[in-house]
Amino acid sequence: MTTSEERARRGSPADGGPSGPDAPSDLPGGEAGWKRSVAGSLAFLRRRLTGEYKIDEFGYDPDFTEHVVLPPLRVLYEKWFRVQTMSLENVPSTGGALLVANHSGTVPVDALMMGLAVHDHHPANRVLRMLGADLVFDTPVLGPLARRAGVTLACNEDAERLLSSGEAVSVFPEGFKGIGKPFSQRYRLQRFGRGGFVSAAISSGVPIIPCSIVGAEEIYPMLADVKPLARALGLPYFPVTPTFPLLGPLGAVPLPSKWLIEFGEPIPTDHLPDGAAEDPMVVFNLADQVRETIQQSLYRLLLRRGHPFLD
Amino acid sequence: MTGLTVLVTGVTGYVGSELAGRLASHPDIDRVIGVDAALPEPASRARLGDAEFARADIRNPIISKVIEAAGVDTVVHASASARTSGSGSRSMAKEMNVLGTMQLLAACQRSSGVRNLIVRSTSAVYGSSPRDAAVATEDTVAHSIPSTGPVRDAVDIEGYVRGFGRRRPDVRIAMPRFAEIIGPTIHTALTRYLSLHPFVPVAAGQDTRIQLVHESDVVALLEHLVHGDFAGSVNVAGDGAMTMTQAIRRAGRIPVHIPQPALEGVGRALRLVPFGGFSAAQIKSLTISRVLDTTFLRRQVGFTPAFSTVGAFDDFVGRLRPVLDARAVRGAEVRIAAALGVPAEPDGPWRHPASPIPIGVPRASRSGSLPPDPGRSAADDPGASGSTSSPRRLFSIDGDAVRSPGGTTRPGSRKR
Repeated sequence: MTTSEERARRGSPADGGPSGPDAPSDLPGGEAGWKRSVAGSLAFLRRRLTGEYKIDEFGYDPDFTEHVVLPPLRVLYEKWFRVQTMSLENVPSTGGALLVANHSGTVPVDALMMGLAVHDHHPANRVLRMLGADLVFDTPVLGPLARRAGVTLACNEDAERLLSSGEAVSVFPEGFKGIGKPFSQRYRLQRFGRGGFVSAAISSGVPIIPCSIVGAEEIYPMLADVKPLARALGLPYFPVTPTFPLLGPLGAVPLPSKWLIEFGEPIPTDHLPDGAAEDPMVVFNLADQVRETIQQSLYRLLLRRGHPFLD
Repeated sequence: MTGLTVLVTGVTGYVGSELAGRLASHPDIDRVIGVDAALPEPASRARLGDAEFARADIRNPIISKVIEAAGVDTVVHASASARTSGSGSRSMAKEMNVLGTMQLLAACQRSSGVRNLIVRSTSAVYGSSPRDAAVATEDTVAHSIPSTGPVRDAVDIEGYVRGFGRRRPDVRIAMPRFAEIIGPTIHTALTRYLSLHPFVPVAAGQDTRIQLVHESDVVALLEHLVHGDFAGSVNVAGDGAMTMTQAIRRAGRIPVHIPQPALEGVGRALRLVPFGGFSAAQIKSLTISRVLDTTFLRRQVGFTPAFSTVGAFDDFVGRLRPVLDARAVRGAEVRIAAALGVPAEPDGPWRHPASPIPIGVPRASRSGSLPPDPGRSAADDPGASGSTSSPRRLFSIDGDAVRSPGGTTRPGSRKR
């Protein structure tokens, strides 16, 4: 069920590093690992210098994501947050699926951890395409980086395009209301926007998978929000946490909370009649159902986890 | 005289001249008149083949006389939305593109003979804002249109064309929206930018997706639209996308990340040395490309571009001299690996461990020359058709009329 044993059993890409299955395997046992990763890094550098990689129309760059984005996240996932996944089999191995999850933690680390969970621990090693706020794409450095990692704008056009091309997409309908909520409101789901994610799933005929993430709330407990500063900087909120801005850059280190991610039962949408995506009643009801499911399983997972920082 | 009489604008450029030449050698077309405000270069003149050339500025009402006198029924406005280079020519670009189009449309409206109008538009009409969807379909509306600049011009031109369509509902109007055009022959702001040597300045922290269409696909589609009966707007782009830094890397150049506020100053300083110089606005305008959905092009218009975005780009790169050669980089990799006692990974794109198919596309040959197309018939050859067709009347507006000699051969055969 969890992280390291499972990886060792399956020999997931994390061990092999950048090298593919065609990498030479006649190296002596203990040295093979680092030699392969050095060769892999050199090859990666060469591909970067010569532009020998491919991006899709959304800007997703698998080569970059596998070799630059995911490895540091993997350390965070396994060693820092000790993430445990549950019912990962609810995510289909092929075809479109919309994963809807709660959003929290001041910085959207939860989206990345959920993506890594599906990528590393799902039997099909699926790539989770995240939907992000326009603020992400408006920010220098972060915008291009997000596109390379497979994030695209949270709008119905992009979501439907991804879903109907058979991708697994993750969305966080709470948006900034979720990640920017004070610590006192932890694990209380915020409003679910206008339910656009539901209509995207209905019109693409893909199942909705309600996901619950426990642990992200404690990584940067937001004690206060300095609204004037946020307004001046054009940010949705300016967080004050126990370590930030008090400890300066050290405040960027998240607290090592224990994480649980549960993937709920898929809610099918393909049985709905044509035009259901435009029926506000259907959309709101389904959005409520998803929200209720996530809230209930959050409470259940919280009881199960016990102490937020101890295993 | 049952065939078409076609007027092509902008024949000093690659697209206009190649299209005019290609149309002139087609049996269904009686007559092709290429117009431009300037005289074509020898290369363009050679491409014109059997087409006549009339030196006429489309901003001058005289253009309506050309249309009337020749009995033009099909107008291909190939010079609309052409992007000009240089920083000072911004007002010139507007003058040529927007006002030129207005004048041409006015002339077309007057002439009762005009039945078909094909206007070259660009993907710039979709604008570029972080609030836009990643991929634009023909129905996408730009989120925010700046008050000046190429995006504004492209939107204005389309607006005038739509206005014309309302006043002349009997005219079939086709408006292909092209992604950035690239190829070994064409000269655009993008090709000049990527030819900067050895460093190419980019705005730090920005990296846009670009989508390209090969010059031969542009000509082929315009030709397809002249003969067909498609009316409306359609996106035209090669499959796939690249990022700007990837393109710079693939061209064997080294991107230099310059903070946006300093971009203008650096560009001005570079203009002091030969073969350098750019304006911040220019770089900005190069990064407005949007990724287009081309489903409509394939399904409704029945046209599939021969080149993908990367394929078109690699065909262009063949004419450049790389600063950082891909082979040299590979050589360095092998040497470093050998020094460390590590076997280097095989050359080529990365393969995902889970998927047997390569993630990257195999690189096209860097030689840049296209294989000769065996399907090209003798009738396409201007030398052969020149002897059979009736001699054409010289068309003179201001005494500068020229006609390309019949015996010229077109440089190389383009892939079709």
